[in-house]
Amino acid sequence: MTLLTLCWEFFKTGLFSIGGGLATLPFLFEMGERYGWYTVSDLTNMVAVSESTPGPIGVNMATYVGSSVCGIPGGILATLSLIIPSIIVILIIARILEKFSESKLVKDVFYGLRPAVVGMLFASVLSVFESSLFNGDFLSGVDLSHLALFAVLVLGVFKIKKHPILFIGIGAVVGMIFSF
Amino acid sequence: MRELFNLFKSFFMIGAFTFGGGYAMLPMLEKEVVTKHKWATMEEISNYFAIGQCTPGIIAVNTATFVGYKQKKNIGGIVATLGVVTPSIIIILVLSGILEYIFDYPIVKSAFAGISVAVCALLVQALWKLAKSGIKDVYTGIVAIVSAVVSVFFKLSPIIIVVACAVVTICYKFILDKVKGGKKQ
Repeated sequence: MTLLTLCWEFFKTGLFSIGGGLATLPFLFEMGERYGWYTVSDLTNMVAVSESTPGPIGVNMATYVGSSVCGIPGGILATLSLIIPSIIVILIIARILEKFSESKLVKDVFYGLRPAVVGMLFASVLSVFESSLFNGDFLSGVDLSHLALFAVLVLGVFKIKKHPILFIGIGAVVGMIFSF
Repeated sequence: MRELFNLFKSFFMIGAFTFGGGYAMLPMLEKEVVTKHKWATMEEISNYFAIGQCTPGIIAVNTATFVGYKQKKNIGGIVATLGVVTPSIIIILVLSGILEYIFDYPIVKSAFAGISVAVCALLVQALWKLAKSGIKDVYTGIVAIVSAVVSVFFKLSPIIIVVACAVVTICYKFILDKVKGGKKQ
């Protein structure tokens, strides 16, 4: 029964959280409060872990919350329930887009949306910089060892066109050696 | 069948090596989808991101569904999406017992701090490539700057930005066409 409720709740979360992984947070808080499955501090821990483990945050949080409520089946079913609404919606949109991909209106709209995505990515890159290179916020000063690694890696990324995994690996190793 | 397997494999890799939410997948996506398999162009990825901001669900999932659909219709969309979520499910389920403690070890913390620096470097390049594909003229340059400013300083919701940009661009193109049409006559 709990499993069914879990699926239903995550299905609703997937359907109504718009704008990416962290948008699911309010739903997760509400879920914990309503059913008493976990406390706010449990959830805060789960969010922290989901941010550092590989994979999109929203998916990680769903698996984590689901498995903490109903074990392995809970983790798998919560994640699937979360993604089903968006798969359906996107498949419908993709089909419509395919039909109208040559329409002038659609082309015009995307011509204006692509730079908007650049602007929004810029904003989120800034906040990633803040937490990874500046000790949490820009005012608390730059972390020199982090900045040095960053400079070398930027140069590497632009000069040698290797797979991102290589650079992630280098980051991990350098971090461990110099105890970041 | 082979194509479906490749979709699953690539998106599995993207899921396994995305650290952080949404946009953090961009460097992996660019390498696997745009450069390696040529399943989509940078412009299309950018379009998918814009749509993903205003539709339900996680952006990484939405993008996977889009790219998969483009290659192999519905089944492709589903396979790619399952690929991107599978690593998360495996990692979290296998490690859930120790996850809360593992980050107390200084060496694990250091490794992840190093990874987050690498993600910053990769994001700079991703931003550069996205900018090259999206900023083509003065108008798109202005749109990019305004969107950045309102996101950073006013924390405006992405949905509002996307909808506003769509409306403004339609008006801009309409007026532009009128002016051009007027000149011809």
